Amino acid sequence: MCLGIPGRIVEVAEGPAPRMGTVDFDGVRRPVCLAYAPEAGVGDYVIVHVGFAISRVDEAEAAKTLAVLRAIPEALESELGPEAAR
Amino acid sequence: MKYLDEYRDPVLARKLLAELRAAATRPWAIMETCGGQTHTLVRQGIDELLPSGMRMIHGPGCPVCVTPLATIDKAVALAARPDVIFTSYGDMLRVPGTAGDLLGVKARGGDVRVVYTPLDAVAIARDNPDREVVFFAVGFETTAPANAMAVLHAAVTGVVNFSVLVSHVLVPPAITAILDAPDNQVQAFLAAGHVCAVMGWTEYEPIAQRYGVPIVVTGFEPLDLLEGIVLAVRQLETGRATVENQYARAVRRGGNTAAQDAVRQVFRVTERTWRGIGPIPASGLALTPAFAAYDAEERFPGGETHAVEHPDCIAGQILRGTAAPTDCSAYGTRCTPLSPLGAPMVSAEGTCAAFHHAGRRRSAVEVPR
Ligand code: SF4
Repeated sequence: MCLGIPGRIVEVAEGPAPRMGTVDFDGVRRPVCLAYAPEAGVGDYVIVHVGFAISRVDEAEAAKTLAVLRAIPEALESELGPEAAR
Repeated sequence: MKYLDEYRDPVLARKLLAELRAAATRPWAIMETCGGQTHTLVRQGIDELLPSGMRMIHGPGCPVCVTPLATIDKAVALAARPDVIFTSYGDMLRVPGTAGDLLGVKARGGDVRVVYTPLDAVAIARDNPDREVVFFAVGFETTAPANAMAVLHAAVTGVVNFSVLVSHVLVPPAITAILDAPDNQVQAFLAAGHVCAVMGWTEYEPIAQRYGVPIVVTGFEPLDLLEGIVLAVRQLETGRATVENQYARAVRRGGNTAAQDAVRQVFRVTERTWRGIGPIPASGLALTPAFAAYDAEERFPGGETHAVEHPDCIAGQILRGTAAPTDCSAYGTRCTPLSPLGAPMVSAEGTCAAFHHAGRRRSAVEVPR
């Protein structure tokens, strides 16, 4: 139950509280409670746990993390031998 | 899938392993606190690729595993009542109680229903006004906001035949209990990214300072875990002990204040007994007096059982990280995911189940002492 997964908000529902919406998980769509992600709107990625968005994914931070990983110098890679080149 | 696939890139994983090999000079022992992280580490074999005697100690972060036996017994008893519809996350159904599990109750005709979200349990209550609907509210700080919203929603919409059997646990007191144990071997922690998405990491700052342990808020994908381990090792190697955030795309220092407010409204901090570990002060959540009407234990009093664990199960040592599943005489033979003797064999987040799913054999893994 504890695994949270990222998905993209495709719809925010009009209606009584709590704030609800539809989130797309790579083609599978689920109703999700958005009460704890009041700042998130259509197109945003959120981390969803047991049907609740608990965090909006920060695209800039995500890009930064990946850039740091990709910038790990090639010199280290060469230490790994031919397998690393695959 | 965006935000998943790019954190599973094997080429980047190899780069990170090389970084780790370059950074680690000593056999550090690092604990990942969350069962989801254990699952990724064991499934991908990351724990077996670590350099120079380094090892991962698998922490108690599996809600299925730490829910006390007496609470499972209470759930089983409630589920067997003809007037009750018992609702639960799916992975609680196989957890062995003293006299069977929830799945057994269901097989004998009990009305046990798996829900994806606690709001579904409130909807079942609304649709069945002549029945009592009980929801098994377990989990760490990650599920507490959802369970709080279910209670708030029932209260606001006037659903009175809904109650929750609460067994919520909190991570920081468990970390402190592990550090205080005389046989503790953990030198650094990977904090659970999603727990911190809700709570932030300010609670961990005094722990890092007081105990001199690095704590790295870490995500759940292979690259997240590898980067978290690298950050922890760099701190260990340079004698630093601070809280760092590897999982910046999802976690902010203050956490999710809307979620924290709802949790504070519905729950109060209380002592909790952790299955296999024992009571830890201020380590769990119970309903506040204002919401006592939604407490299944108040609504259905009694049924105290004398809970006895299976004598072969060493879950306590496994949850404290002092033994591996492969040390257990029942592992893989008398105890399997299909017929678990103990809770860590039940959910994919449990260390025993994670080992079993990855095909680890009893003799195949050496556990340094
Ligand atoms: S393998 Fe089974 S019996 Fe052994 S510790 Fe794990 S859950 Fe308990």
